[in-house]
Amino acid sequence: MTRHLLSIDDLDRPGIERILDRAASFAEVAGREIKKVPALRGRTVVNLFYEASTRTSSSFELAAKRLSADVVSVRAATSSVTKGESLKDTVQTLTAYDPAAIVIRSPHAGAAQLVARWTDAAVVNAGDGKHEHPTQALLDVYTLRKRLGALDGRRIWIVGDVLHSRVARSNILAFARMGAQVTVSGPPTLIPRGIEALGCRVAPTLDALSEADVVYALRMQNERMEEAYVPSLREYAARFQIDAARLQPHQLLMHPGPVNRGVELSADAIDSPQALIAQQVEAGVVVRMAVLYELLVGTDSSPRPQPTEAAAVEAVATA
Amino acid sequence: MSVVRLFGAPAAPAALLLRAAHALDPRTGLDAPHDVLVRDGAIAEIGAPGSLPAPEDAETIAGEGLHLFPGFFDPHVHLRTPGQEHKETLATGTAAAAAGGYCGVVAMPNTDPVLDGAPLLRALIEQAKQEARVPLGFMPAITRGLAGAELTDMAELRDLGALGFTDDGKPVVAAGMLRRALQYQRLCGGVLALHEEDPSLSGAGVMHEGAVSARLGMAGIPSISESTMVARDAAIAAFEAGRVHFQHLSCVESVEALAAWKAAGAQVSGEASPHHLTLTDEAVRSLDSRFKMNPPLRSEADRQALIAGLRDGTIDCVATDHAPHARHEKEAPFEQAPMGVTGLETAFPILYTDLVQPGVLPLGLVVERMTAGAALLDLPTPRIAVGEPANLALLDLDASWEVGARGYASKSANACFEGRTLRGVVRLTVAAGAVVHRAAVEALA
Repeated sequence: MTRHLLSIDDLDRPGIERILDRAASFAEVAGREIKKVPALRGRTVVNLFYEASTRTSSSFELAAKRLSADVVSVRAATSSVTKGESLKDTVQTLTAYDPAAIVIRSPHAGAAQLVARWTDAAVVNAGDGKHEHPTQALLDVYTLRKRLGALDGRRIWIVGDVLHSRVARSNILAFARMGAQVTVSGPPTLIPRGIEALGCRVAPTLDALSEADVVYALRMQNERMEEAYVPSLREYAARFQIDAARLQPHQLLMHPGPVNRGVELSADAIDSPQALIAQQVEAGVVVRMAVLYELLVGTDSSPRPQPTEAAAVEAVATA
Repeated sequence: MSVVRLFGAPAAPAALLLRAAHALDPRTGLDAPHDVLVRDGAIAEIGAPGSLPAPEDAETIAGEGLHLFPGFFDPHVHLRTPGQEHKETLATGTAAAAAGGYCGVVAMPNTDPVLDGAPLLRALIEQAKQEARVPLGFMPAITRGLAGAELTDMAELRDLGALGFTDDGKPVVAAGMLRRALQYQRLCGGVLALHEEDPSLSGAGVMHEGAVSARLGMAGIPSISESTMVARDAAIAAFEAGRVHFQHLSCVESVEALAAWKAAGAQVSGEASPHHLTLTDEAVRSLDSRFKMNPPLRSEADRQALIAGLRDGTIDCVATDHAPHARHEKEAPFEQAPMGVTGLETAFPILYTDLVQPGVLPLGLVVERMTAGAALLDLPTPRIAVGEPANLALLDLDASWEVGARGYASKSANACFEGRTLRGVVRLTVAAGAVVHRAAVEALA
C-alpha cells in the first residue's frame, strides 16, 4: 500500500481487498469485551478537522484508540483564512508532535495532498472538498461485500447531488474497481459534465432504477435550492426521493449520512430492512482501523526509522 | 501632438556589433546569418556575416550559432504596483521581461488602488522612468475601481500616456457600459482590451468545466462564460465602429467568434498565452495551484483551436498575462489559491520547445506573434532594419535550461513550467537602444 491514503486511485483492487480483509479481522476484535489491540501503542494519530463532522471524526478517533494510539483531535476554523493560521503552519505545528498519521478533513480539494507534502506522517484523507472521501468508499464496499459477497457485475445506482458529493466520486471509483456497474442519476443540474470518465453511466431519470441491486442515495442540501440547482425540495423529492414505492424488495439501500428524512429518503425507506445505513456506520470504525493499520504497520512490522536526537538538534540549529 | 506612451529608466545607448548571428525578422524577410551593427542605440548597418568591420568603440559579440530576433512585446502583464509590491515591482517585473527577451511590456490596472485616474498614472510614469528596465506602458481601467459602473477620465488619461484601457481581471459585465466606453473611444482613441467572462456562468469556478473538474469535484468555469462575451462584445464594437482587443483567449468557441467578426470587418483582435497554447486541464489533476489561472487551462481541443488561430492569424499575438503571486499565497489548496502564473521568462522557450521544435508552428510565425502586440496598441513594431531603434533579442536555441533552477528575475516563482527543461536561452536583450539583459555565463552551459 502507498504511504498515504489520499484517493481511491491510490489503491488497486488487491489493495482494497487487503484493507477489507484486515477490517474483517478487526471486526472479530470488536465483538470482544476488550476491543483494543496494541498495534499502535506509543504512536500518535492527529485528527485535523476543518469541517463539522460527527461520524467520520468520531469513528477515526475510536479506530485509533482501539489500535492503542495516542489521539489528538484538532478542530480548526476555516472561516478566517486571512487572520487564521495557514494550513501549512498548522501542519508544521502538529508535525512537531511527531505523529505517525495525520487524518485530515478539509472543505478544499487537494488539502490532504498538500499535507502529505509537508509532513513525514502518513496522511489519511477524511474528505477534501467535493473531491474524495476514500474511507467512506472503503467502508461502503466493506458493508456491501459483507452482505453480497463479491461486487462483480452488481448494479449500483448512486442517486442525487453528484456534483457536490465527494462520496459519489470516491464510491464510483471504488465500486467500479471492485467490478460493479455504476450508474449515477439525479437532476441534470447536479450531474457534472464529464462524470462518465470516472467509470459510470448517467441515467437522466429513475425510470430504470428497478435494475439496481444497490441504491445509494446522496445527501441533498437545502442550499442547493437557494442556488437554483433545483426548483424546490418538493420537486426533487417527487422525482428522485427513494421511497417504498421506488425501492424494490430485492434492492439494498445505502446512504453516507446524515440523512435528510423526507428529502432524499422517505422514512419508510430508511427504516426498511433493506437499509444498510446502520451497518455502514458500524463498518466505519473497523475499516478505519484497517486503513491506519495498513498504513502504519502493514505487512512490515519493523518500526519506522526515527531521527536521532543529534540529527533533530542539528535540524533546529540550521532551520 | 505625439504623446509618449512607453516609459523606462534612462540607460546608455548601446554600441554593439553582433557578429554573424542568424537574424530572423519575418516582417523584413531577413532570415540568414548577418552582422548587425548597433550604434547610438539604433541599428546602423546590416551586412553579410563577417563583412562589417568591428568599430573600436563598439563591443563585438560573437553570434555564430545564435539567433537574433526583433525584441518581443507583451501587451499584458501584471506588475502589482502599487499595493502588492511583495509580488512584483516595476523593477523586478521589467527585469523578468528583459530576461525573457522583451523590449516592451504593458501593465494592467488591477492594482491596489486601481489605476483609474490621472494622479496615479502620473506617479506610475515617474516610477517607470526611475525603475523600468524595459519600456513600460500602462493601460488604466475602463471603469472606476473596475466596478463596471462609471467611465474613467479616458481622454485625460490618454493625454498623459495611457496606451488603452482595460478592466482586466474582470469583465465589463453590463453591455451598456461597454457601449458607452466604445462611444467615448471616438473622442480619446486607445484600444479597449477585454477580459471576457460572464460571471453568472463562471460563478465560483476555479478550473475548466469538463471531465477533469468532474473528477476533482471542483467548480468549473465553462468555455461559454468566455465565448458568449467575446461574441457579444465583438457585436457591440462592430455596431459602434469601435476597436476592441480580446485578452487571453482560451477556447474553441472564442476563436470561432473572433474569426467570424474579423471576417465581418469588425476591428477586433485577440491574444493567447503561452500556457493556454501548451497546457490543458489535465495538468490540474495534480491539484497543484501553479496551474490555477483565469481563464483556466482548457481541453486539448481548445488548445488545438488556439494553435490553429495563432497560425492563421485569427489570434494576432502572444501575451503572457504574467501574474506573479507570493509563495505563501500559492501554497494553499487549489480552490483557495489566487489565480495567475508568471510567464515573461518562459514565454519564448516554452513555445519554442513545445510548438516550434516538434514542427507545430514555424519559428518565424512565433517570432511574428510575439512582437505583434505593439502594433495593436498603435506602437511601432520592433524590426531588424537599418535606422530602426535597436530592439533585439539574441537567443541560443541549442542551449537548454531548467525553469526555476537558478531562480527568477521576477520577484515571484509561480511559474507553471517550473522544473521543465526548455530549449532557448536569451543571451542578450536590447530594448529601446540599450542593453537590458545579458545571460549569466554559467547559464549558457
